[in-house]
Amino acid sequence: MIELTVNGIKRRVDVVPEMPLLWVLRDELGITSPKYGCGVAQCGACTVHVGGKAVRSCQSHIGEVAGKSVVTIEGLGNKDQHPVVQAWIEHQVPQCGYCQTGQIMQAISLLELIPKPTDEEINQVMSGNLCRCGTYPRIRAAIHAAATKMAGK
Amino acid sequence: MRHVQNLSRRAFIVGSAAIAGGIAFGSYACAEHVDLTANGNPLAARLGPNSVSFNPWVEISPEKITLIAQHADIGQGVGSVQPIMIAEEMDLDPGQFEIRFAAPHPAYFNTGFADELAPFVAADQSAAAEEARAAMLEALRKSGLQMTGGSSTIPDSYEKLRVAGAVARETLKAAAAKRSGVAVADIRTQSGQAILPDGTKIPYVELAAEAATIPPVLDAKPRDPSKWRLLGKPMERLDIRPKAMGELKFGIDLKMEGMLFAAVKLNPNKGQPMKSYDASKAHSMPGVKNIVEIKNGVAVVATNSWYAMKAAEAIDCKWAPSTYPAEQADHWKILETSFKPKFLGKEWKKTGDIDAGLNGGTQIKAEYRAPYVAHQPLEPLNGIGIVSDAGMEIWVSHQSPQAVQSIAAAAIGLKPEQVTFHNQWAGGSFGHRLEFENVRVLAEIADQMRGTPIKLVFSREEDFVQDIPRQIALARYRGSVKKGKIVAADLQLASTAPFKGLLERMGAPTNDPDGQLAACLWNVCYDIPNFRATSYEAQGLSPCTTWRSVGASTAGFFTESFIDELIHAANLDPLKARIEMCAVPTYRKVLETVAEMSDWKGPLGKGKGRGVAFVESFGTPTAEVVEVTMTERGIRIDKVWVAVDVGKVVDPVNFQSQVQGGVIWGLGHAINCELTYAKGAVQQTNYNHHEAMRLYQCPEIEVRGLENDPKVRGVGEPPVPPAAPALANAIFAATGKRIREMPFNKFIDFV
Repeated sequence: MIELTVNGIKRRVDVVPEMPLLWVLRDELGITSPKYGCGVAQCGACTVHVGGKAVRSCQSHIGEVAGKSVVTIEGLGNKDQHPVVQAWIEHQVPQCGYCQTGQIMQAISLLELIPKPTDEEINQVMSGNLCRCGTYPRIRAAIHAAATKMAGK
Repeated sequence: MRHVQNLSRRAFIVGSAAIAGGIAFGSYACAEHVDLTANGNPLAARLGPNSVSFNPWVEISPEKITLIAQHADIGQGVGSVQPIMIAEEMDLDPGQFEIRFAAPHPAYFNTGFADELAPFVAADQSAAAEEARAAMLEALRKSGLQMTGGSSTIPDSYEKLRVAGAVARETLKAAAAKRSGVAVADIRTQSGQAILPDGTKIPYVELAAEAATIPPVLDAKPRDPSKWRLLGKPMERLDIRPKAMGELKFGIDLKMEGMLFAAVKLNPNKGQPMKSYDASKAHSMPGVKNIVEIKNGVAVVATNSWYAMKAAEAIDCKWAPSTYPAEQADHWKILETSFKPKFLGKEWKKTGDIDAGLNGGTQIKAEYRAPYVAHQPLEPLNGIGIVSDAGMEIWVSHQSPQAVQSIAAAAIGLKPEQVTFHNQWAGGSFGHRLEFENVRVLAEIADQMRGTPIKLVFSREEDFVQDIPRQIALARYRGSVKKGKIVAADLQLASTAPFKGLLERMGAPTNDPDGQLAACLWNVCYDIPNFRATSYEAQGLSPCTTWRSVGASTAGFFTESFIDELIHAANLDPLKARIEMCAVPTYRKVLETVAEMSDWKGPLGKGKGRGVAFVESFGTPTAEVVEVTMTERGIRIDKVWVAVDVGKVVDPVNFQSQVQGGVIWGLGHAINCELTYAKGAVQQTNYNHHEAMRLYQCPEIEVRGLENDPKVRGVGEPPVPPAAPALANAIFAATGKRIREMPFNKFIDFV
C-alpha cells in the first residue's frame, strides 16, 4: 500500500511503485481532470501540482510521490472563483478542452512564480503544454487577465 | 448489462449508389423518403409518459427539456451552437435544457454535404448548379448518412434546427391556447414558459402531456436574425465552464461498474494481420487479467490502463508485411510515376487552349510536395464496450454513428441494429474519429470478455502508428505570363485519394474520382484564359483519409504558392494582382478586406516579408496575410490577418476561435510535421516527432468575418488551406527563397 494526499484527503493505493501518478489518479482514484495525452512529458495534459509545484503526472512514479501532497483542479476549492479559472471562462479559452486543465494547472504555477509575466515568460513556461485545437491566443490573453485579477486582490 | 435497443431497425445496405456528382456512398437507410414527422422521429419511440417530441431534436417531459446535438462534438462547439439554435426559437435560456448527442438514425442525415458533393464549384449559383444540389440533397436524404465533417455543422443545421425550435414553440403555444381558451396569437413565450395575456406563466414542461395530443405546427417559421437574442452575439459557449473546471467527462473519462482496461499492440503495417506472438513475459506482469488475440494484433486486459499498456509493450509479435512500399522513398517514386492516363482521376476543368497559352508567354514550371501527416487529437483513440448475447453497447466519440454500428457488428458477427452507440464528447478529432481502428478492435476484445465492460485506450505511440494519415501529394504545375498577365495555368497533381479511402473502409467503395482532389484545383477563382486542372490517383500507397480541410490542405499550398510564382514572374503585386484577377465579386471583397486589415502596401524590406493566399474550400472563401521576419535564429511569424466570408456569423466568439485554431493548425503542420514510412511502419510515434505549433511560435491572429455570401457556410476547415501558402509566400518575400515542399523546416529554420 502506498499512501499519498490528494486534494487534502489521505488516499491509499495498492499498485506497483513504478506506476506513474497519472494512472493512479485516473484509474485507481477516479480523478479524471488530469489527462493522458502522450505519456512522455511532451504535451502537459497530465499536469498537476505535487508539493506545490506543477509536474507532469505521467512522469512521476507513485513510489516517489508517496507521502506528498497532490493537487488537481478538483482540489482548487470554489474553483469557479479561482482567478485563473475565471479568466479561462471569461476568455472562452477551451475548444475541445482536453488539454485545458493541464494548461490551467501550469498557468497557476507560472503566476505563483511570476505574478506579472511578459509574453516571452508565458512562452517559456507554457510551451510545454500542447493544444491541438490552437487556443494559444486565448491562453495568452487569459494569463494576462488572471495576472491583473490576482494583482488587484 | 442494459437492454440493447433496436435503434435503427433499418437495413444497412452495403454497396454503392452512384449519384450526381460522381460521389457514391452506402445507404444507411431504406430507400424510402425519411419522414421527419411522427414516424421518422427516433425520439418518439422512446418517450416516457406525459412527454412529447415534435421532431428529432426536441424532447419535453414533465421534468425536463432535452435538446439533441445532431453532430459529434469534436471541439468545434456543436454541443453548444446546435442546442442554442433550437433554444433561440423556443425562447429557452442556457441552463433550462439538457443536451444529448443524437443516436444513429437516418432522420439525422447531413443536409450540409449537398453543396460539397454536387459537381459545381461553390461560386456557381446558376440554376443548373442549384438543381444538382437539390438532387444531391435528395440522394443524401435517401442515404440517411449521418456524418460530422466537411465543415457542415452550421450549413446542415442553420435552417432545420431553427425550424425545429419554431415548431416546438408554436406547438407549445397551441397547447397553452387549448388549455386556457386564449387565442394562440395572444400567447407569447419567454424563458421556457408560455405567457397568457393576463400574465399567467405556464412552463413548457407542464404543457408536455397536452402538446403530445395535438398535431405539431409544422408550418412554423424561424424568426428573422434581427430578432435574435442569443445567436449572432457574443455568448458563453455552453461547454466552456465545465471544460475550464475539469468537470466535463470525455469518452476516455467514463467509468462502468466492474470495468477492466485494455491496451493493444497492432500490426504497424496498416491493415495487415499478425502472424504469431509470444506473450510469455506479459502474462506474469502486474495487473494483467487476460491476453487476447485479435485480427491484426494482440490485446492485454488489465486492472489499470498503465498495466495494460506496459504488458502490451512486452509482447513480441511477428507481423505480416505491408502491401504498400516499406520505405518512404518508394512512396514518392510511385507518386512520380502516377501522372499517366491509367491513373487519371479526372480532368476537372479545361478552358481556352492550354498548349497555345503555355507557349504564348514566358513559361514557368514547378513541382510541389506534401507528405503524409497525422491527426493526433490530444485525446487518444479509446472507447468502452460491453458484449452480451443480445449485442454490443459502445461508448465512443465518433463522427459516423451508423458506421460505428456496422463496423463493430461486422467485426463480431452481429447485425448493425444489435449495436447500441452512445456518442461522447471528443478531445479533438481533425478527421481521426471518422476512422475505425478503435471501434473494430474494441468489439473484438469485448467479444472475448463477454459481460465485462472494457475500456480500450490506445497508447499515444499506438495511436500514431495506426493513424490513417492525410493524403500524400505531388503537383506538377506549368504556367505562363505575358505582358504583365497570367495567360495560362496547367495544374496537375498526383495524390492518394482520402475520401474514397474513407468510403471504402465504411463499406461503400466507389470507382468514381475523388472529389477532394479537385479542391483548390478546379475552384481557382482567378481569371486565367487558358486553364486546365487534372487529378491523378496514385495506387498502392498507404491508406489515407480526411484530415482537417482534406484535399484543400495540400492543393491549397500547391496552387496558391504557384499562383504567387506566376504573379512574381509577371512583376505584379501579390495581393493587388489577386484582387484584379478574382472573378467572383464576393471573393474579391474577401481579398480587399484582408488588404485593408493588414494595410498592405507591397514589399516591407529589412528582412521582413508578407505573403497572401486565398482559398475557397467547403464553399467558404478565406484570405490570409502572413508577416514574417528573418532573424538570426530563423523565420519568426509576426502576425496573421484573416478575412472569411461565411454568409452569416452565427456564434461570433467561437467563429474567431475556429478561425484562429485553423490558422494555427495549418501553420504548425506546414512548418514541422510529416509522417514517413520505414519497414512498413511510420517512424513518428509521439509529439516530439510531430509537434505542430506550440505557444512560443504562435503569432497574433486578427480575424474578420464577412456576411456577403448568399449561403450560410462552415468555418471549421476553410482557415487551414491558405495558412501554408501564405507563410511560404511570406518567406519568399522576406528571403527570396521559394519553398515548394512541406514541412518547411527541412528547408529553413524557424525561431
